[in-house]
Amino acid sequence: MSGIFKGAFEPNIIAFLCNWCSYVGADLAGISRIRYPANVKVVRVMCSGRVNPLFVIYALRHGLDGILIAGCHPGDCHYLQGNYIARRRLVLMRRLIEYVGIDPRRLRVSWVSASEGAKFADLVKEMVDEIKKLGPIEQFHENI
Amino acid sequence: MKIGVYVCHCGTNIAANIDVVKVVGYAATLPYVVVSRDYQYMCSDPGQELIKKDIYEHKLDRIVVASCSPAMHEPTFQKVLEEAGLNRYCLEMVNIREQCSWVHMNREEATRKTMVLVAGAAARAALLWPLTAREVNVTPTALVIGGGISGIQTALDIADNGFRVYLVEKEPSIGGRMAQLDKTFPTLDCSACILTPKMVDVSRHPLIELMTYAEVVDVQGYVGNFKVKVKKKPRYIDTAKCTGCGLCAEACILRGKILNEFDVGTSKRSAVYLPFPQAVPLKYTVDKDNCMFIRYGVCGKYPACKKVCSSEAIDFNQKEEFVELNVGAIVVAAGYDVFDPKIKPELGYGLYRNVITGLELERLCSASGPTHGKIKVDGKEPRAVLFIHCVGSRDAQVGNEYCSRVCCMYTAKHAYLIKEKLPNTKVTVCYIDMRASGKGYEEFYKKVQLEGVQYRRVNVAEVYQKGEKLVARGEDTLLGEPCEIESDLIVLAVGLTPKKNAKDTSVLLRIPQGSDGFFLEVHPKLRPLETTSSGVFLAGCCQGPKDIPESVAQASGAASKAVMLLSKGKVLVEPFTPQISEDICTGCGFCIEVCPYEAISFKDVNRYGYSVKAASVNEALCKGCGACSAACLSGAIQQNAFTDEQLLTVVKMLSGDT
Repeated sequence: MSGIFKGAFEPNIIAFLCNWCSYVGADLAGISRIRYPANVKVVRVMCSGRVNPLFVIYALRHGLDGILIAGCHPGDCHYLQGNYIARRRLVLMRRLIEYVGIDPRRLRVSWVSASEGAKFADLVKEMVDEIKKLGPIEQFHENI
Repeated sequence: MKIGVYVCHCGTNIAANIDVVKVVGYAATLPYVVVSRDYQYMCSDPGQELIKKDIYEHKLDRIVVASCSPAMHEPTFQKVLEEAGLNRYCLEMVNIREQCSWVHMNREEATRKTMVLVAGAAARAALLWPLTAREVNVTPTALVIGGGISGIQTALDIADNGFRVYLVEKEPSIGGRMAQLDKTFPTLDCSACILTPKMVDVSRHPLIELMTYAEVVDVQGYVGNFKVKVKKKPRYIDTAKCTGCGLCAEACILRGKILNEFDVGTSKRSAVYLPFPQAVPLKYTVDKDNCMFIRYGVCGKYPACKKVCSSEAIDFNQKEEFVELNVGAIVVAAGYDVFDPKIKPELGYGLYRNVITGLELERLCSASGPTHGKIKVDGKEPRAVLFIHCVGSRDAQVGNEYCSRVCCMYTAKHAYLIKEKLPNTKVTVCYIDMRASGKGYEEFYKKVQLEGVQYRRVNVAEVYQKGEKLVARGEDTLLGEPCEIESDLIVLAVGLTPKKNAKDTSVLLRIPQGSDGFFLEVHPKLRPLETTSSGVFLAGCCQGPKDIPESVAQASGAASKAVMLLSKGKVLVEPFTPQISEDICTGCGFCIEVCPYEAISFKDVNRYGYSVKAASVNEALCKGCGACSAACLSGAIQQNAFTDEQLLTVVKMLSGDT
């Protein structure tokens, strides 16, 4: 396991952000200098619909404590309906991870538009606080 | 495989919060990394040369740049790679400014995050492969949304460059706000005199198709190839037959009963109307919300308008129509709304008849307005007029923190016009800060003061009635004491706000709004005309408050951006289409189901002598979202530049679990 557990628990969170809305929203948080914890690391994808459920399992297996997937608001998808696809997939995914004994709060799907820099920052803060309470993900990581 | 890693200081933007030297040292230890450097400004000419030199000298084949957001400089560095003979898609950017140094203040944490991100990027870079951007044709036609001065100027400029333009305006006439103004500051030109010739030019231009009383309801497609659906609202008038004589409006039984929007409610009109005498097109419109015949099916024995119209232009059977347009570029010139002062009830608007807005005064001053240019309140000339600045601007309480930029000057103009028409009237202006920063503006402000207009730095808290007079009570912030000013007429310098339907337009065109609600440009300084939606440009006040010269200048700028796109004739589209391994494809068809563009279909392939179905992608239809890659159970479909392997490698590196 990596060295991130030294001292107080700092969750390691990965965020898949769509290129058109949420990534731009995260950039806006920066342009507006809205602070949020450094626990989140962003991966840019063209559309939230690109996020394969496999990525979630893979991330959990490698010890990431939380996964955020954010895309355009329903109806605003740059690719017409990618965010609907993401929503359907990931609702199912939350139930699946709960079934295998992982708190579904570790997987979060949200909509962040290009003008919602503050929302992105709040989302990260909320997730970090929540996952701090849940503690590090160990079971899945060690068992597989 | 040889990777070069470049970490930018961005002056102190990055270096202040991230230990760049430590990151560079760490990057040098990563697999395949042969060069790792930092530089003050990576995007500058010497920074770019540094990368190029390394590519030649060290024979680098993949480049990682850790700097600002890729939205800012990805194209810059892609060009560097191309100039050095590498494929532009062999670049991986790490966003350590917008998403790291600007948001994390703890230097140690930010540095650690940067190191992990750089490790992820280097691992992914090793898996990138060269790609070729696709070229698609551009439809050589533009759409301009909004027929105010900005939309008019944009349409004329694009059409004068030889491209076809559709100008869509939701009102029955073009002209917008500028048509409502009497005179314009600081030159005091008559607004109509300089605007109406341009309106006529639009209607006569062979390349402009004017669509008034119409709205854009749907926009699909992408840069160069938009498909736009326009709703044409029924006018109940056959525009081919209407001569604009106005007999119908005179005959209408509701004549003089309906508030005239053009005069901001200072006059009344009929249910069939022309918004203003110089309207373009000069065609009447039946207001369906008020017309008795449309609402109740009867209007006397026979509609009076129909009886008097000798050209038989009135047609109550008209229905709304939908038109599909194909355009290559879109310019949004949707304009603004005027702040509704009822939101600030303490100022008495709507309560006292002699509290009016600047726009209402504009109509009263206008020779073609309801009073033919005479300023009267209840039939009497006001002996004292008071102006109140910043109503709905610079006011966090109403949610508008911005300065509306035109109110100081239009109030100065109003004060001047009142002094001109009524020299003995006392004119007082309550300002907060005076802003007169345009060409000739400060001079005009001085001139207005010399005319005897009194400027007082007063914050007005409330307005109340005392006998026949109105009293504004507030604080004189220069004297530092409370004050009360009596007047017969109070004019509120109302600010500019985003259109009420700005949110709908934002969703329709996928262009973001800023926190003030106005549409957001890509970069506030260097790309003020473009939106994040490629091929969609901004002109005029929909992007933020502006005066007329600024709107016209921005309109010409937006037109030239659109023309640049149209005249190129081709546009490059990112090559993020999927690759399909026919041997692995099981023919389940999940990719076909999730593809929003119907770009994937089955084809028969020969597998060991058997004919089986495998997915096949039509690249011309594919927009590169990657939904198919996420749906594929066997991993047969892999989106270019976003393959499972590439993304999973990043996930693994970011987990720190290596």
